[in-house]
Amino acid sequence: MRHEVRFSGFGGQGIILSAVILGRAAVMYDGNYAVQTQVYGPEARGGASMSSVIIDDAPILYPKVRDPDILVIMSQEGFEKYGANAAESAFMILDSSLVRSRPRCRYLGIPATTEAKNTLGREIVANIVMLGALVRATGIVREESLEKAILDSVPKGTESLNVRAMKRGMELASGEKGQ
Amino acid sequence: MQGNVACAEGALAAGCSFFAGYPITPSTEIAEHMAARLPKKGGVFIQMEDELASIAAVIGAAWTGARAMTATSGPGFSLMMENIGFAAMTETPCVIVNIQRGGPSTGQPTMSAQADMMQCRFGSHGDYSIIALSPASVQEMYELSAEAFNLADRFRVPVFLMADEIIGHLRERIEIPDSVPKTERKPLPPGELPFHPGDDLVPGFPRFGAGHGVHVTGLTHDERGYPCATNPRVHEELVRRLVEKVESKRHEIADYRVTNPDAELVFVTYGSPARSVEQVLHDNPEKTIGHLRFRIVWPFPENALREFPNARAFLVPEQNLGQMAREIERHTTVPVIRLPRFGGALHTPEELVAALEALA
Amino acid sequence: MTYTDWLRADRLPHIYCAGCGNGTVINCTLNAVVQAGLKKEETVFVSGIGCSSRAPGYIVTDSLHTTHGRALAFATGIKMANPALSVIVFTGDGDLAAIGGNHFIHACRRNIDLTVVCMNNMIYGMTGGQGSPTTPRMALSTTTPYGSAEPAFDLCELAIAAGANYVSRWTSYHVKELTRAILAGLRTPGLSFIEAMVQCPTNFGRRNRYRQPLDQVEYFKAHGMLVEKVRRMQEEGREIPPDTIVLGELARRNRPAMGVKP
Repeated sequence: MRHEVRFSGFGGQGIILSAVILGRAAVMYDGNYAVQTQVYGPEARGGASMSSVIIDDAPILYPKVRDPDILVIMSQEGFEKYGANAAESAFMILDSSLVRSRPRCRYLGIPATTEAKNTLGREIVANIVMLGALVRATGIVREESLEKAILDSVPKGTESLNVRAMKRGMELASGEKGQ
Repeated sequence: MQGNVACAEGALAAGCSFFAGYPITPSTEIAEHMAARLPKKGGVFIQMEDELASIAAVIGAAWTGARAMTATSGPGFSLMMENIGFAAMTETPCVIVNIQRGGPSTGQPTMSAQADMMQCRFGSHGDYSIIALSPASVQEMYELSAEAFNLADRFRVPVFLMADEIIGHLRERIEIPDSVPKTERKPLPPGELPFHPGDDLVPGFPRFGAGHGVHVTGLTHDERGYPCATNPRVHEELVRRLVEKVESKRHEIADYRVTNPDAELVFVTYGSPARSVEQVLHDNPEKTIGHLRFRIVWPFPENALREFPNARAFLVPEQNLGQMAREIERHTTVPVIRLPRFGGALHTPEELVAALEALA
Repeated sequence: MTYTDWLRADRLPHIYCAGCGNGTVINCTLNAVVQAGLKKEETVFVSGIGCSSRAPGYIVTDSLHTTHGRALAFATGIKMANPALSVIVFTGDGDLAAIGGNHFIHACRRNIDLTVVCMNNMIYGMTGGQGSPTTPRMALSTTTPYGSAEPAFDLCELAIAAGANYVSRWTSYHVKELTRAILAGLRTPGLSFIEAMVQCPTNFGRRNRYRQPLDQVEYFKAHGMLVEKVRRMQEEGREIPPDTIVLGELARRNRPAMGVKP
């Protein structure tokens, strides 16, 4: 079953890393296939950033996202550029602390950046909060696979912070009903 | 694993012990990975002052016997052209990776293209021949990167890994083999002149520091390696051999994949557009669509086109205006349909299906 | 062993013009190589393009005659891939300072363990006498028919500023000093730069009032001044004549170097 996940936000939020972690969880710990691609411009910080992961139980041929069924949106500009025209059948998780608009499709608002800043003390882990929420809400990879992939990918010394961020995202997703 | 990292790992598995490069998007991850990995394996990584110097250092290192490599993209590739000709003329085995981006000039640094295919074949002045591989997956970035060294050593030519940004930056699952096949460089037999070709038209390799006392020059040279730049016969013999040692072996060098050889409509691809065609074939399993995918693009294996005896049209999706389509046209009377898609996007399966329907 | 043992006898006669200073520099270099006790099979000569760069073709060791301006980049690859080799680069003023200027400053900055011998004849000799970055102001060449309007490079100052460990300048008149300088360069880890001013009777001298080859050698002798004397005069506030060629060891230091023989 092919799932196409698109992440968008601004440069510096860890949009590409989020996709890499999700793909890693699918391949290394769930034994599925995944491809990860990205669109990026000259900005290392700021600007609209987009990355994608396709997860499938069969080898993935066409590596680009055609019609994402899951979207993770972390900025207003990212919403306008990559989220606004999401299919009605898609499912979106948006960072409700940064995205004002709401899509036509089913969605879940997670105040990831606010949570990261206030509850966890580090704004930088907002993307991990979103990943936790994404996996809890969709089950696209197993939760323990996500945790392992996060631990593989984050800098040494930040493991517990990132695991707390992931768990916080899961809690928020369990608490919120999709709209 | 990312395609660029797989390329570096494939090179390391092949015993690459020297990398010289200059940062350029979208190839830089190869240099970064080599910078981290080579010193730990006893090899040498050096960041040079520009791409002219990078390929020069690679050629110098190759003459000490090292398997040596550089990686770049369009603008840097253009800068390398003069010394690529030097490598061809001096029969220096080396590997040049080009993660192609949109051109001309600075173009689209972060977007994919395949528009340097003719430049890699003909970009330096004079007649010569080279070998070019084109990977369509992260797995092939690893395998073909390793194989490039074997071809370089066997034929003593610069070998190109002509990837594109999509494959270079793609992350996907890869199986890393325990080892990769390795062809040794043929040594120079004792008493033999350093540029005397064997039956295979390739001279044995007289490594620097082994006591051969070989003079290597970009000037036209005789079998002793001595400059002989005004004798038309010596020049013609040398240049013919530089071309023939590769072109006469093109069917042996050829590496391509054939799907549905009875088909009438046949896609011909290399690099990332192959992925779009594979999707079309997967979505239309009734075996009416053919696919010829080149893993080695130069020397062009024209016999491959004859694997499709019923072909009514060859459709060639490329991320350029039809560079390899032009080459295919030279070798067939079957109509060749160019399907250019450039600007960075990859052909969608839908547009390829539409191209098929237009011919139905 | 003498320097003649290092010559590739079957390649003679050479292409150099009668009266050319390059042969002197080749002899001095090979004498220094012999005195340094280098082994032929562990020595590589590298060059770019131009009259000077034909020199490696007359030497019996492994040698790489490369593209215009790029000799130092090729040499960097050889030396970094196999530091056990002694790598000597022959170059000229056009090869090194014009088309190869960027490689020159970066090789000095890296302080790669190379010995670089530049035959500076102040002209593009092989292509028939065009102005180079070291052609003196007002000198005549085929591309400066009204006298060169451009200021010239001081190659040694460039090498010093860029970081070379050893820098000296001599001329084709100063055979013993030049040999000693090259020997010192071979023995100094890091990049050694030896500039050898040479006469080019065919393409420089002929157009610039040096009717005979020796006239230009006499000029080097008359205008050369040891760096120690130059410094002393400067300290005493005396004026240095404008055409002075500063000779001698201009730098010897111990900056970190790359590719040094283990």
